[in-house]
Amino acid sequence: MEKIIEIKNLTYAYPNQTKAALQNLSLTVNRGAWVALIGHNGSGKSTLAKLLNHLLTPSDGQILIDQIPVDDEHVDVIRNRVGMVFQNPDNQFVGATVADDVAFGLENRQMPHAQMQERVQMVLEEVHMWEFAEREPAHLSGGQKQRVAIASALAIEPQILILDEATAMLDPKGRFEMMEEVRQLKADLGPDLTVISITHDIDEAASADQVIVLNDGQLVETGTPDEIFTDAQKLQALGLDVPFAEQLKAKLAARGVAVPTQYETMEGMAEWIWQLISKK
Amino acid sequence: MFNKILIGRFIPGHSLVHRLDARVKLIVSIAFIFVIFLATSWPSYLWASAFTLLVVMMTGLGLRVYLRGIRPLIYLMLFTTALQILFVTTGPIWWQWGWLKITEDGVVNGIAIFIRFLLIILISTVLTLTTAPLDLADAMEQLLQPLKKIGVPVAELALMLSIALRFIPTLLDEAEKIVNAQRARGVRFNEGNLLQRVKAFVPVLIPLFINAIKRAIELGDAMEARGYRGDVERTKYRQHHWQINDTVALLSFIIFSCALAWLRYIFG
Ligand SMILES: Nc1ncnc2c1ncn2[C@@H]1O[C@H](COP(=O)(O)OP(=O)(O)O)[C@@H](O)[C@H]1O
Ligand SMILES: [Mg+2]
Repeated sequence: MEKIIEIKNLTYAYPNQTKAALQNLSLTVNRGAWVALIGHNGSGKSTLAKLLNHLLTPSDGQILIDQIPVDDEHVDVIRNRVGMVFQNPDNQFVGATVADDVAFGLENRQMPHAQMQERVQMVLEEVHMWEFAEREPAHLSGGQKQRVAIASALAIEPQILILDEATAMLDPKGRFEMMEEVRQLKADLGPDLTVISITHDIDEAASADQVIVLNDGQLVETGTPDEIFTDAQKLQALGLDVPFAEQLKAKLAARGVAVPTQYETMEGMAEWIWQLISKK
Repeated sequence: MFNKILIGRFIPGHSLVHRLDARVKLIVSIAFIFVIFLATSWPSYLWASAFTLLVVMMTGLGLRVYLRGIRPLIYLMLFTTALQILFVTTGPIWWQWGWLKITEDGVVNGIAIFIRFLLIILISTVLTLTTAPLDLADAMEQLLQPLKKIGVPVAELALMLSIALRFIPTLLDEAEKIVNAQRARGVRFNEGNLLQRVKAFVPVLIPLFINAIKRAIELGDAMEARGYRGDVERTKYRQHHWQINDTVALLSFIIFSCALAWLRYIFG
């Protein structure tokens, strides 16, 4: 599979900090994958996200996106390829209205007016926010603002969409709706969109194609969910949750039930329980 | 509590005045401040008042809204008028007490100043009541374009203004939340003397200020992530189209001004 992100020996220390926020990180991401980036607070997830978009410059090491080095020289090309949605709905809403906000990235790229109008309508329809185009942010819910933020990122037709805890400040309903929106987009765009989702929702991570686990600025491991989530004790030692299906397995095992040894998704567990009960 | 501050500002509507291009309204409001000095005789005051009243009526907003606009400035108006009355000492003396004199010229001058002041405030209130702040910011940007040539960063200033406007409701909301949080902890905001009241607001301002800086940093990241550079020209999504109504409005104002000049010529 073609690699869209290649990180080699990446180290980053914030100015005036002795301890590096990221240390000697190396990993790759395949084009079109849905990647979950997990780790406790302060483990360096946001720092990594900002390095991918050249909002921060590596202290050492290199990042390639789509074979292009992420550096000062290529910053414009890189930002055309990477769209970001941050955590706080208010602090990333630049425009005075929904439409203005989506247009902001296009104005920066000097897109002609007619094309801009078309693009704004297209992406707002995609996230079901077109009817709110003239609304001001003060009259939108957090979930609606985050959908606008997705539209704003999509407007530049990026190949990579990074969500940095984008649902963390939403209520459960807003959270669910927003993730559905992103899943739908991903389904529509298929291999043309790579999603990197920084999340504390371990069940979301369990349904990703690839999971990256960070701890104190270091890569603990990366792999498919079944490679990562079977070692429940290790995850808990890192201060991470364990997917619900794995928690269930552990509890059943504690009661002396013979549970499957390999990793199971929620559906897999439901199927297994179903079979277990029918056998009795 | 904080949302009341904004009352008396922009009131959306569909009147002819609302629909005028913000540039026309801005030009007229500024020009009016200078043109009104042509009014020096009673007929010209009558003419200028009639024009202002017509504009006010055309906005379709009740007079009460305008009174609310005038209220905060009433003391300033009365003070200026009083100064005129006391310090213009020519003409027949009406009343005298020591060196204090009230003369006919003083009173006439005072009333004239009062009327000018009132008309200027009314016209500027029309501007702020019928124009969305964002459109006003856009209009300013366009009218200030010539300053670009001498190195004034007009586009950046306009972007700053529009972001500031966009964050006013957010910060007011936040202030309200902090006040409520402090109230829940027993802070009293409406008690004690002025000094105590001001002191009570310090624990509100500090978190508000810190959060505002945090917001600014995050907003900067979000803007950069979306390709904002600051050093390159940007295209504009929001475009304003000059319409026939705008030309008519501008012409009407020019005719009004010419008539005022003519009245001055006739009556002195
Ligand atoms: N602007 C900054 N200046 C100095 N240190 C920072 C800054 N931002 C984050 N850090 C530190 O870098 C580490 C990683 O932070 P971050 O990437 O935000 O973690 P995460 O997103 O996983 O919670 C933390 O120890 C944090 O305190
Ligand atoms: Mg973070």
